[in-house]
Amino acid sequence: MKFIKAKEVTYEYIRRDDDGNVEGINRAVDNVSLDVKEGDFITILGSNGSGKSTFAKHLNAILHPTEGSVWVNGMDTKEEDKTLAIRQSTGMVFQNPDNQIIGQVVEEDVAFGPENMGVKTEEIWERVEEALKTVGMTEYRKYSPNKLSGGQKQRISIAGVLAMHPKCIVLDEPTAMLDPSGRKEVIRALRALNEVEGITIILITHYMEEAIYSDKIFVMNKGQIVMEGNPKEIFSRVEELEEYKLEVPQITRLAYELKKKGFNLPDGILTEDELINAIKGL
Amino acid sequence: MFKDVTLGQYYQGDSLIHRMDPRVKLVGTVVYMVSLFLFSNYYCYALSAIFLLVVIILTKIPIIYMLRGLKAVLFLMVFTVVCNLFFTPGEPIFKFWILKLTMEGIQSAIYLMIRLTLLIVSASIMTLTTTPNQLTDGIEKLFKPLAIIKLPVHEIAMMMSIALRFIPILMEETDKIMKAQTARGARFDSKNIIVKIKCMIPILVPLFVSAFRRASDLALAMEARCYHGGDGRTKMKPLKYAGRDIAAYIIMFGYLGIIIALGLLRVFGIY
Amino acid sequence: MPIVTDHLTLVYGEKTNLKTIALNDVSVKIDDGQFIGLIGHTGSGKTTFLQLISGLIKPKEGTVYLDGEDIFDRNFDTRVLRSKVGIVFQYPEHQLFEETVFKDVCFGPSNLGLEKKEVELRAYEALKMVGLDDNAFYQSPFDLSGGQKRRVAIAGVLAMKPKVMILDEPTAGLDPAGRKEILGLISKLQKEQNITIILVSHSMEDVAEYVERIIVINKGKIALDGTPKEVFGHSEELKSFGLALPQVTDAMIRLKNQGINVSTDVITINEAVQELSRVLR
Repeated sequence: MKFIKAKEVTYEYIRRDDDGNVEGINRAVDNVSLDVKEGDFITILGSNGSGKSTFAKHLNAILHPTEGSVWVNGMDTKEEDKTLAIRQSTGMVFQNPDNQIIGQVVEEDVAFGPENMGVKTEEIWERVEEALKTVGMTEYRKYSPNKLSGGQKQRISIAGVLAMHPKCIVLDEPTAMLDPSGRKEVIRALRALNEVEGITIILITHYMEEAIYSDKIFVMNKGQIVMEGNPKEIFSRVEELEEYKLEVPQITRLAYELKKKGFNLPDGILTEDELINAIKGL
Repeated sequence: MFKDVTLGQYYQGDSLIHRMDPRVKLVGTVVYMVSLFLFSNYYCYALSAIFLLVVIILTKIPIIYMLRGLKAVLFLMVFTVVCNLFFTPGEPIFKFWILKLTMEGIQSAIYLMIRLTLLIVSASIMTLTTTPNQLTDGIEKLFKPLAIIKLPVHEIAMMMSIALRFIPILMEETDKIMKAQTARGARFDSKNIIVKIKCMIPILVPLFVSAFRRASDLALAMEARCYHGGDGRTKMKPLKYAGRDIAAYIIMFGYLGIIIALGLLRVFGIY
Repeated sequence: MPIVTDHLTLVYGEKTNLKTIALNDVSVKIDDGQFIGLIGHTGSGKTTFLQLISGLIKPKEGTVYLDGEDIFDRNFDTRVLRSKVGIVFQYPEHQLFEETVFKDVCFGPSNLGLEKKEVELRAYEALKMVGLDDNAFYQSPFDLSGGQKRRVAIAGVLAMKPKVMILDEPTAGLDPAGRKEILGLISKLQKEQNITIILVSHSMEDVAEYVERIIVINKGKIALDGTPKEVFGHSEELKSFGLALPQVTDAMIRLKNQGINVSTDVITINEAVQELSRVLR
């Protein structure tokens, strides 16, 4: 089943000078079409300014396409009376962990979504408990968010979305401000959500190593989708990726260089294990 | 460092007063303040002081914490007391230049000092036993009827709680910006007030920019989590009156009644 | 302009129950013109160390000598310190405040009490060094892209002509191309201007690629100090500090453990390609 369908989406915004006169029109998203199946783990890669974040905001009805349409769970994002239902079914996590936590206590923040949806008090408690358990943050439920690390804060943000019982979560560069261990924490949590809970994940990032485990990767450049495929297909096109200001992980690069030197290695090696096995097979 | 600054100086505890509904504490504080200003009468003050003392004992908070609140407003207290001492018209007992000390002045200065002390201690009891969160919840629920006259009660409460959440973050940010600008040679130790204000610009501009960025990020995040104002919102921790809260209301208004009775008896010269 | 720290110690929240020793008895010497990578897990004391050697916070014990002079001495002129040691904080673009890019870069040198002409010359040179277009000079810094803003912020420190430049995760939040640009710029500064660089980074791959000396901080102490090859030779220790190895180094170690006779003294892709070509051929 197609959970998300974007058809020829274009988003333009108007630049104005200091006096409010129109200076020009920027096309942030340019004719993007893509489908996402329920239960998939999707990664959208792109450099800064590639339009990936702008596109992501369409999936949550925060932005509406200038041209084209987006359907989430069968609902057109243009229909205003569906906005809340769309946001409930497709949650969103943003980049800066500090700027998306509303509550002063972890558990109260997780409750924010269900409270807005009008969920009954007893059920809110159940949902909060369950969401915190899923991201492994139960023992921090009474903490002030200010006392947590970046990775923990992002897990709280994920729990906050989970408590709304969504079918899909869109994450807009959730790891950009984290240290390596925080990044791992978040990616691990996302993989578990996808595999165990079957939640559709759409991860937006410019760290290629985070894309390794996805079912499908889309690469965006200058507002357009320029590459599309599974990780192996995408990661074997090293030079093309570099044109789009991206960089493959060291391991993939190493395999690619060795291959160029004439060694018979398979395309698109992603992990150390794959590389070691391939080298042993030589 | 800045992280540990908590507004409203909440004192962690689990006393009867801590557990009380914030609305009771809010109303109680107001009632108590009113009771202090109804009559100028030592008998009434004595009763008020005893009442407060009982509450303090119930909070199980060391009395020293209550007195800290006094320290903060010491200057204001001394100032008003001195003004009262010297500028109350009446029979002078001592005259110096334009200052004259009157019997009435001494009288009203003493009254004022007692009132202010009790008032500030009672306000500290509220902030010490109530988290800022409970306080905003209490205010929201208490003022809900005012929504009828189009007062945005929910929005005000939401703004208060967001402000409380972001104060430590912005404090930390200020610290960081100050260090960065210091590293670029900025000096903040000038005595000249104009130079001093000019020195603040490299701190205030980035701070405002950051505050606005955070505000717009937060608005987006709230919207994405289905926030659409107070309509149809439920609460994880709704305020509900327990038996002790009803009892507290009864005691509180009982106290007010006794104060009024005591004061009126005095006014009519019964004692 | 060598920096020497002498038993540097800093404790936070001393009289409370939250007492933490941020830095514990650190003595280290940083020589002229070195490119140093400072690595450590979040909360290891790196930031405290940086702020101490740039004189922004005071130590509890010990001190810092810049060119033989105690920077915490009461008679030491802080202006000298500011002009010689520059620090670029994390997300430095968050400190921009002036109306134009050029004015913002002038802020640092003008605080040093230089003449207007000299200030403007330095600002111009600094902006050229970071590779900013002339037509961006008179724009508002807030209208620039993220990568450009960061370069302006770095220029703001460069214009003070520091002999030592400290950069706390200068590539945080940038995309791969932006990261390369900034690291290339830093490397150029070190080579062409002979500026001592102290770079904090979480990317072991970047550190391996660019620096000549690595200092590892763990729990407020210097845990390892040496060339990248020496430091990355201590793989087990690094792991126990919560730090990783460059991916290629890790792969080489695993290959060796599985019986392929490769040298594990490899820290960059080029070295790995050479070594593997040699062994597998």
